[in-house]
Amino acid sequence: MMINKSIAVATFTVLAVAGMAFADGIQITGAGATFPYPIYSKWFQEFKGSHAGVEINYQSIGSGGGIRQLTAGTVDFGASDKPMSDDELSKVKVHTLHFPTVLGADVPVYNLPGYSHELKLTPANLADIFLGKITKWNDKALAGDNPGLPDKGIIVVHRSDASGTSFIWTDYLSKVSSEWKSKVGAGAAPNWPVGLGGKGNEGVSGQVKQQPYSLGYVEIGYALQNKMTFAWVKNSSGAWVKGELPNITAAAAGAAKAMPDDYRVSITNAPGKDAYPISSFTWLLIPSQISDPAKKKVIIEFLHWMLTDGQKYTASLGYAPLPKEVVAKEEKSISLIK
Amino acid sequence: MASTTAVIPTKATQGFQVGEPVARLGTMAFAGAIIVITLLIVYSLTKQSWLAFSTFGLHFFATSTWNPIAGQFGAWPFVYGTLVTSFVALLIAVPLGVGAAIFLAELAPAGVSSYLMFLVELLAAVPSVIYGLLAWFMLVPVMRDYVEPALQNTLGHVPVIGELFGGSIYGVGYLTASVVLAIMTFPYIISISREALLDVPVDQREAALALGATRWESTYQIVLPNAKLGIVGAIFLGLGRALGETMAVTMVIGNDPAIHASLLAAGYTIPAVLANEFTEATSDLHQSSLIALAAVLFLITIVINGGARLLLHATRQKGA
Repeated sequence: MMINKSIAVATFTVLAVAGMAFADGIQITGAGATFPYPIYSKWFQEFKGSHAGVEINYQSIGSGGGIRQLTAGTVDFGASDKPMSDDELSKVKVHTLHFPTVLGADVPVYNLPGYSHELKLTPANLADIFLGKITKWNDKALAGDNPGLPDKGIIVVHRSDASGTSFIWTDYLSKVSSEWKSKVGAGAAPNWPVGLGGKGNEGVSGQVKQQPYSLGYVEIGYALQNKMTFAWVKNSSGAWVKGELPNITAAAAGAAKAMPDDYRVSITNAPGKDAYPISSFTWLLIPSQISDPAKKKVIIEFLHWMLTDGQKYTASLGYAPLPKEVVAKEEKSISLIK
Repeated sequence: MASTTAVIPTKATQGFQVGEPVARLGTMAFAGAIIVITLLIVYSLTKQSWLAFSTFGLHFFATSTWNPIAGQFGAWPFVYGTLVTSFVALLIAVPLGVGAAIFLAELAPAGVSSYLMFLVELLAAVPSVIYGLLAWFMLVPVMRDYVEPALQNTLGHVPVIGELFGGSIYGVGYLTASVVLAIMTFPYIISISREALLDVPVDQREAALALGATRWESTYQIVLPNAKLGIVGAIFLGLGRALGETMAVTMVIGNDPAIHASLLAAGYTIPAVLANEFTEATSDLHQSSLIALAAVLFLITIVINGGARLLLHATRQKGA
């Protein structure tokens, strides 16, 4: 009897708690890109603090998974490191809006023991190294910008898991090298001509740290947090730039003039003297029609908050804030949510 | 017998008699779950990989291009990597595991044996991602700086076998993955082989010794042949673990979907590519091809386990 009584009490408590959650709380679920996960989780936590009863759950399952779940209608919003294709958009029942949230970039990281200069890489050299055409560090093509490189083979390291980071990298290489574009192309999991694969940013950086004379690429936030040295890259204006946060925002500002109304734009190889060329937006994918009025209200509030207060958290987490032109444009686009 | 018939049916025994068919049906249903689960796996693998198989046909097995951007998918590099790493792992783990089991079962003092068995069980319980991390930080540098150059400088010059140890040295690749798999499988091989050896009746050993056999002769000629079935079972269980191992392998194999003759080169395995690409497989064909790879792995496991059964059956009949 005692047991039955305590079960009854427990059941009642659970029901009461669940009932309360349904009565007062609004639960919103999203899924997608792993790259913005650190800032998204910070945002959702901060937003919850200032908006009592609102719970936003975000599963960082990868951009592809986010798009799939949004298409299947199992989440309220998605998130992706690359814009959805027309084909993908056509498969979603409700028209999907793209909202850029923050900016990220890929930086070339390297391990050159005993080399004291900072490595400088032209777009052509980067493409040729990743195509397997430049195989030695003391290749003539590299020597002009980098005197005294050693007579050692270059060990190329890339991501083995399909990722938005690889998409940005290959999207850039496709823009600067016609040979890369025709032989490999841009994608989250391309067929790499050369190199070793490491799983995740940590896999690539670990491989680069361990392998002398290696060259790979990681997210800027990851490189900053782990204090890795990364190379200078020549941008489309012919200036040498490093993947510092202001240069990444500059790339977005350079591209903002030609920003399409649906924000589906690649900003790799962007114009501008200060623009860092291997930069990218990351997007929230929001349905243009949200039937639940409570959810709609919260999502709209969150978008406004993300564009204003939310942007303050970017730098400390290794992301570049959106340029003000893009923020202004997005503020107007929020009204498209019906 | 007489006493059971004499028992007057009470409430308790009646309840027990009702319990009998209930227990029988209940446990039968649980056993039936094995069949249901297997069928469900086969059904969903077939259904979801159908797009890939119908697009590529048998070429799926023979093609060695894996290019998600162009939508070309071939399973061969992954099948090759899975088989090579598992085979080399067994080459290392079987002598080590069976040898250790013989020592623990036949030769070691009881105290030493039970202490070592505790360690073996501990090794078997270590999660694979921990093996992967340890391999990544400790094994890879050792392989790159010492083991692989040494192999290349010695065996690398031997004709034919030299091919296996040529090319660039990275520290990651088929060989390193095989070593990790060997370390991961050999606790299983020790544990089960030892049980099989201990199951051989003491009489047989005593008879051999009484006939003037040495300790080693009795072990080698009497105990081992009797425990053969159990040891083969242990090896196949180890192989099963090696074929399906994911995290530890993907961390140290280099993840290159190509076929290289050299064991020092980077490769790829089926579980590793599934772990790497499944989250971001957006196109239907890419996803279907990954599931087709899972189906291929399932098939390999069935063929190997089936082969093991046939082998056991054949040797048993020959022995009888």
